[in-house]
Amino acid sequence: MTEEQPILVMKGITKVFPGVKALSGVDFRLFKGEVHAIMGQNGAGKSTLVKVLTGVHRQESGEVRLEGRPIHPDSPLAAQKLGISSVYQEINLCPNLSVAENIFAGRQPIRGGIIDWNRMARRSEELLKRLNVSIDVTRELSSYSIAIQQLVAIARVLDISSRILILDEPTSSLDDAEVDQLFKVMRSLRDEGLAILFITHFLDQTYRIADRITVLKNGELVGEFRTEALPKIDLIARMLGKELSEFSRKRAGTQAARDEKSVLSVKSLGLRGSIAPFDLALNEGEVLGLAGLLGSGRTEMARLIFGIDGATQGEIRIRDRKVAIRSPQNAMMAGMGFCSEDRKNEGVFAELSVRENIILALQAKKGVLKNISPRRQLEIAEELIKSLAIVTPTANNKAGQLSGGNQQKMMLARWLATQPAILILDEPTRGIDVGAKLEIMELILSLSRRGMGIVFISSDFEEVVRCSGRIAVLRDKVKVAELNGDDVNETAIMRTIAGGN
Amino acid sequence: MKRMAGFRNLPMFVTLGLFIVMFGTGSIAFPGFFSVQNFLNLFIDNSFLLILAVGMTFVIISGGIDLSVGSVLALSGMVTAKLLEQVHMSPLLVIPIVLAMGTALGLFMGYLIQTFELPPFIVTLAGLYLARGLCYIVNLFTIAVTNPYFVAAAHAQVFIIGTSFLSPGAIVAIVVVLVGFFVSRYTKFGRTVFAIGGSEQSAILMGLPVARTKIAIYGLSGFCAALAGLVFTLYTLSGYGLNGSGMELDTIATVVIGGTLLTGGVGNIFGTVLGVFVYGTIQTLIVFQGTLNSWWTRIAIGFLVFVFCLLQRLFESRKARAAVRGPLTQPAGAGASQG
Amino acid sequence: MSWWKSLSRSNIFWALVALAALLVFNLFFTPNFMRVTIREGHLYGNLIDILKNGAPIMLLAIGMTLVIATKGIDISVGSVVAISAGAVAVLIGGDLAGNPKYPILVAMAGALLVSVLAGMWNGMLVSRIGMQPIIATLVLFVAGRGVAMLFTNSLQLWLYAKPFAILGQGYVLGFPFDIYIVGFILLVTYLFTRRTAVGMFIEAVGINPTAARFSGINARNIIFWVYTFSGLCAGIAGLIVCSTVMNADGNNAGRLFELDAILAVVLGGTSMNGGKFYLLGSIIGALIIQTLTVTIYAFGVPADAAPVVKALVVWAFSLMQSPRFRLTIAQAFNRGRVAA
Repeated sequence: MTEEQPILVMKGITKVFPGVKALSGVDFRLFKGEVHAIMGQNGAGKSTLVKVLTGVHRQESGEVRLEGRPIHPDSPLAAQKLGISSVYQEINLCPNLSVAENIFAGRQPIRGGIIDWNRMARRSEELLKRLNVSIDVTRELSSYSIAIQQLVAIARVLDISSRILILDEPTSSLDDAEVDQLFKVMRSLRDEGLAILFITHFLDQTYRIADRITVLKNGELVGEFRTEALPKIDLIARMLGKELSEFSRKRAGTQAARDEKSVLSVKSLGLRGSIAPFDLALNEGEVLGLAGLLGSGRTEMARLIFGIDGATQGEIRIRDRKVAIRSPQNAMMAGMGFCSEDRKNEGVFAELSVRENIILALQAKKGVLKNISPRRQLEIAEELIKSLAIVTPTANNKAGQLSGGNQQKMMLARWLATQPAILILDEPTRGIDVGAKLEIMELILSLSRRGMGIVFISSDFEEVVRCSGRIAVLRDKVKVAELNGDDVNETAIMRTIAGGN
Repeated sequence: MKRMAGFRNLPMFVTLGLFIVMFGTGSIAFPGFFSVQNFLNLFIDNSFLLILAVGMTFVIISGGIDLSVGSVLALSGMVTAKLLEQVHMSPLLVIPIVLAMGTALGLFMGYLIQTFELPPFIVTLAGLYLARGLCYIVNLFTIAVTNPYFVAAAHAQVFIIGTSFLSPGAIVAIVVVLVGFFVSRYTKFGRTVFAIGGSEQSAILMGLPVARTKIAIYGLSGFCAALAGLVFTLYTLSGYGLNGSGMELDTIATVVIGGTLLTGGVGNIFGTVLGVFVYGTIQTLIVFQGTLNSWWTRIAIGFLVFVFCLLQRLFESRKARAAVRGPLTQPAGAGASQG
Repeated sequence: MSWWKSLSRSNIFWALVALAALLVFNLFFTPNFMRVTIREGHLYGNLIDILKNGAPIMLLAIGMTLVIATKGIDISVGSVVAISAGAVAVLIGGDLAGNPKYPILVAMAGALLVSVLAGMWNGMLVSRIGMQPIIATLVLFVAGRGVAMLFTNSLQLWLYAKPFAILGQGYVLGFPFDIYIVGFILLVTYLFTRRTAVGMFIEAVGINPTAARFSGINARNIIFWVYTFSGLCAGIAGLIVCSTVMNADGNNAGRLFELDAILAVVLGGTSMNGGKFYLLGSIIGALIIQTLTVTIYAFGVPADAAPVVKALVVWAFSLMQSPRFRLTIAQAFNRGRVAA
């Protein structure tokens, strides 16, 4: 199954972008006839490493050797010519073209000067049969499920060249049966000698299919392991950079829910294709942490509660009254607030002033006609700027000029202005400096002391433990457990995610 | 043909049904409606529209739009008339010059759109203005065409079945349709157009010559507009600045009614032909009816465009909802237009 | 010094400069350009003409500004102008003695109602059904003139009811009446968008539609009402157009107005990508276009050829707004500097 010499060796790869070192001296090797998974959290450098391999980026230092010879692909097409094929999560095919045409786009068989459709169809059928797929190749691609579309994409790239196949998050949109099908195909390809690079954040799947795992963290290589030699909990620990022995104790004297007054109660809320139905309860003055790895479904949970995605089942109760939350407006009127993890695309209005950014939600709550006078706007904005220590020359400066941390505080200010009973924060400490991180966590605690119910999502388990009274743990789009009291510590979280085995 | 009978081509069959129903109704309601000549007249009277529509089909399939075609038609006619009548050039020179002019303008607009990522709508709308203005600069008023070759061609009748005939213009249109169909189906260029319309990003990643193709598409549309202008000059034996006013919309309308999606990626030359048939039949029905305002054509076409666009939109949103099982980084149904 | 800095950075600045440049150009090269005479108590002259003839476009530009600010576009405005003109003409009627079929105010109200309905139609297609704005407004673009021609029975309908002429031809305090209408609409729109939260919401929707939705703004409603308002503006413009010439020509009324309106908005500093909008800028933009037309005409070029200049201006402006183009120019400059 594995040969002595790896087919691909990457040594000492360093890649620098303005302001951030994406990869530092990373080594990686790939053997023929194996499935090799790359794992790591946000900012680990997985996609950068792949982009260096496929020629999207040029590394600053380090070399890449394919079958012993150094290569320098300068574009994905060049990489493909060398034998490095990749299939991405977005399946870069044309949904309107037929399956056969997608496989042969740009290289259609020609006979007598015109496209030979029959030969194209027959060849496509052969290629797909090799992947255990028998479908009508003349129907358009979009009429098939994502799983089939993925196999079509794989068929295309393998027909063009087949030394190395890179699969980037291929299972995010597949259900269990489809994942089985894909894995069967991957195994048979592997047995034929193909080298497969598999990028995923699904733990269980890694353990099912990968022969070897390479772990990255913050742009550095943590290590390369044979799957059977690496217990799940070790993998998690390495991805997070923690040693098992050092776990931080739950903060002494954390708030217990004061008078158990329920402010938010969610039962069996779910959306087909998004996240499995879940229950959630939040009391006044409580901080509920949502912990899980990347892609575990935390943001999906928040979006369902806040009405961004419409739930197909379940109910939401605010202070024990059933409410219909069909839009963010509903949620806001019901007393909720939500800070998205994607500040840039879902939160900040860069060209509006800080003042306008802050009072926007409050104004939306009051309605179009009950205008907040410019003077009052300034008052409110300046008060929040002061209390949150937002650094900006004036309240009228454009929001786009603020640093990441201050933009995050501005988002908080926006929702605080509406005086919500429930505040959902998705990764509020991501991408900001340490000082600002601490400020925000302090803020969360002080808000909860004043009676606000807070749902706190963070990839940093230490943070979650520090701020939360209770923690809901998610894994692979399912809420698996809730941790209480003494169980509120990092080890417990990691154990829960790893599962009993 | 297995390829034709897909769900995607449903709109085209709706158009076919529509056409049959209309033609049938006319045949029942009006004596003399049901004749071979009346059917062939659809080609004769709408020959220029057919040619415009073939070019426009390619543009729309690629996801773009060309609002300049009506004005380029007028400009071509104007330049043709001027060169023939006032500069006294031979048709053998005039025809290539006019075709080159239309193509050049199209290529220029395609270059702006592709290279600088300008919106096709604005670029070609400006092109509409440019061509219209140039028309008036060439000549403010009508120029009658008296060149013997053109006059002969204008009155020629090519007999097809018995006494039923086609005009040379109609024959040109039919040739354009057939060539258009061939290109769209059997050449790499044609298939690249479809790929671009389906997903330009994917097409680029698949290594298709996207930039070249996009520019060429607008050149093709300009060529068709110029050719249509020549045919129109045959039809009216004159060049006039107000010609073709609004024709770009009629063209877009017939393409849409023919089953081509305005969002790109899906389209069919024969569908477009059916769209032109529907358009022509509506006009013929109104003429035969005698009392109805000919502007009802506009309204009927507008209504059909609306219905087809609505159907396309519902079709799209149903597909989007079915694909909720898709990548989880996108919010389902995002965008200001959906609130 | 700082007021100069903030002025020169403001988007309106360059529009003002362009307008000033045109006016100065005309001052030197067009005889009697600046002369304003008083005849029968009315002001006359080139400058007055610019204001007067530009009134319909200014109105369209006001509505179009808000639509474009939401990342949308309304290409049906020219057709709605024709519909409105046709409607009011039919309701007033062509009685030679000048007796209107319906009271003039009622006729005007009727025409405005039809225009508002047209705007609501567009708004519904974009906000509820989710059609792309270009496609949604294309429907009326195609069918609108047909509807207008229906109203007038495809004839040019001539009107003789004198009081109606005041709208487009009358003068109050020496100034043309339609300028007052434009001023009034501008004032009302300005107050409504800036003194209530509407303006901010519109900008938010245009800048970041997703974030706007997440902040609890009802983007759907905002979008619906801006298209409705655009229809209303087109309706008022239609009344003025009809009143100016005392006839309604469904075929030609409002022809090519939409590009002028879009161009005016773009010249005035509002970006086609939506977001911050400048009502005053759009008015200046409309004045620039009108002055441009007058300048061209004064040089003996037939007004019909003015579109050529407009087309070139549109291309030039689009290129300047294109980041790809600016990058290419910047690179060309750098290469030159390195070589030197």
